[in-house]
Amino acid sequence: MTNQFALPSIKYRKFKQAVFFTLLRFAAIINGTAIAIILFFLLKNGYKVINWTFLTQPPMDSMTRGGILPCIIGTLYLSLGAIVIALPIGIISAIYLNEYARSGRVLRIIRLGINNLAGIPSVVFGLFGLAFFVIYLKMGVSILAGALTLGLLSLPVIIGATEEALKTVPETYREASLGLGATRLQTIFRVVLPCAMPGILTGAILGISRAAGETAPVMFTAAVFFTPDLPSSIFDEIMALPYHIYVLATAGTEIETTRPLQYGTSLVLIALVFGMNLGAILLRAHLKRRMHI
Amino acid sequence: MDADLKMLVKGLNFFYDNFHALKNISLDFQASHVTALIGPSGCGKSTFLRCLNRMNDLIPKIRVKGKVLLDNQDIYDPSVNVAILRSRIGMVFQKPNPFPKTIFENVAYGLRVSGIKDKTFIADRVTESLEQAALWNEVKDRIYDSALELSGGQQQRLCIARALAVKPEVILMDEPASALDPIATQKIEELIHQLKKTLTIIIVTHNMQQAARVSDTTAFFYMGNLIETDKTDILFTKPKLKQTEDYITGRFG
Repeated sequence: MTNQFALPSIKYRKFKQAVFFTLLRFAAIINGTAIAIILFFLLKNGYKVINWTFLTQPPMDSMTRGGILPCIIGTLYLSLGAIVIALPIGIISAIYLNEYARSGRVLRIIRLGINNLAGIPSVVFGLFGLAFFVIYLKMGVSILAGALTLGLLSLPVIIGATEEALKTVPETYREASLGLGATRLQTIFRVVLPCAMPGILTGAILGISRAAGETAPVMFTAAVFFTPDLPSSIFDEIMALPYHIYVLATAGTEIETTRPLQYGTSLVLIALVFGMNLGAILLRAHLKRRMHI
Repeated sequence: MDADLKMLVKGLNFFYDNFHALKNISLDFQASHVTALIGPSGCGKSTFLRCLNRMNDLIPKIRVKGKVLLDNQDIYDPSVNVAILRSRIGMVFQKPNPFPKTIFENVAYGLRVSGIKDKTFIADRVTESLEQAALWNEVKDRIYDSALELSGGQQQRLCIARALAVKPEVILMDEPASALDPIATQKIEELIHQLKKTLTIIIVTHNMQQAARVSDTTAFFYMGNLIETDKTDILFTKPKLKQTEDYITGRFG
């Protein structure tokens, strides 16, 4: 028996659904298109300069020829340094906030602080890094000062990612562990953290790779206009990819001639960031397999 | 205290913030006995069970008054080490909750956190516990596979094996079969019969038939009160109170 009164209504509902899904699909497609256009634009303008010399030589002839090796190394060192500094502090903070702290005024103030840290523009981080690390702590313009500044910049992201990952660990795992006579600390280290680790590392690396492309903090604290030497200690100043792009595109006398170099450098920076993200994804897959999740 | 008494609860009151969840409960648990706690949802039976191994300590804003004695010692005494207490009073939860580790590591977990390092000892105890939980024959060829690959019923028996590995004296079961199919449920019930030879078992259940099948003593809870407790065959056939009779015959609840 068919209900004839239901027929028009079901048609209308199906139509509404089709319209709505089409809208959703378009919204999703816009994302894909944006990244495709940016990549295409960079590739089209920059692929010609990418060759072995570009990747393995320092800049030459007032940076109009040669390569960008010091910038690549510089950005890698800064990212690595930021990870080493921010990952432990971020993870430990998130564990405290999520596993230990009881809700109350102190917790609210700390959370407010973290949220505001996330909202501070990166140029302000740069200025702070200059005033505090470079000048006050006498680190000079150096890898250390840059890594500390970038680490600080990525702390809120790492704390956020870690807290999210900790929240996905079912409460029943904690209960089971405690019920077997484990202490809270043992529960965190043996059950909660291993389960959350894939999520933590992915989030952390994504945060750092975001920070690696920041220009402002780096130009205040770590990067110089030009140095042909590779750094020999953490107190050395360096070149960095984002700042190099900025310099080539705005400050030289040969802005037009170096256009392809600017695009080439951008491509390398993007490749580096994508590489880190890919690394994060592979690491997560590997950890999940090992964890039997 | 009677030598056969394993645990004794005296005048237990429990508050969540301002909510008086358990009202002046007094109840004894015989050694090598199965005690079933029954009652409608929200009656406080699970809260009561969690008072017995201080699992409620984890919840903020709770207060516990009264005494819970294990072998004549008050488990709420400040000198009690909660971790050691929980290794003496094991717990099996409503939903099977094996860790995302291998079957072996799940069972070995309680031993490892207690500081045992001897590999042969751990391996022997793992085997013994899996045998005790009637799971060994099904998993002996794959104890290094993920515990999450087991079926729901197997996972729950693994959780029982995991609890048994630390040689507890009491096991608390919070509706251990409510997420399982009838065959898996039957296996858990057979297991309870085996385990009570050496252990004191306290089980919360929604299922009256299950309470009748597995327990020696049954306690009926309602609205945070312990209404009636008696030998299971008596409580289910000749309850003293009308309220109990109404509940077990299905007239309310």
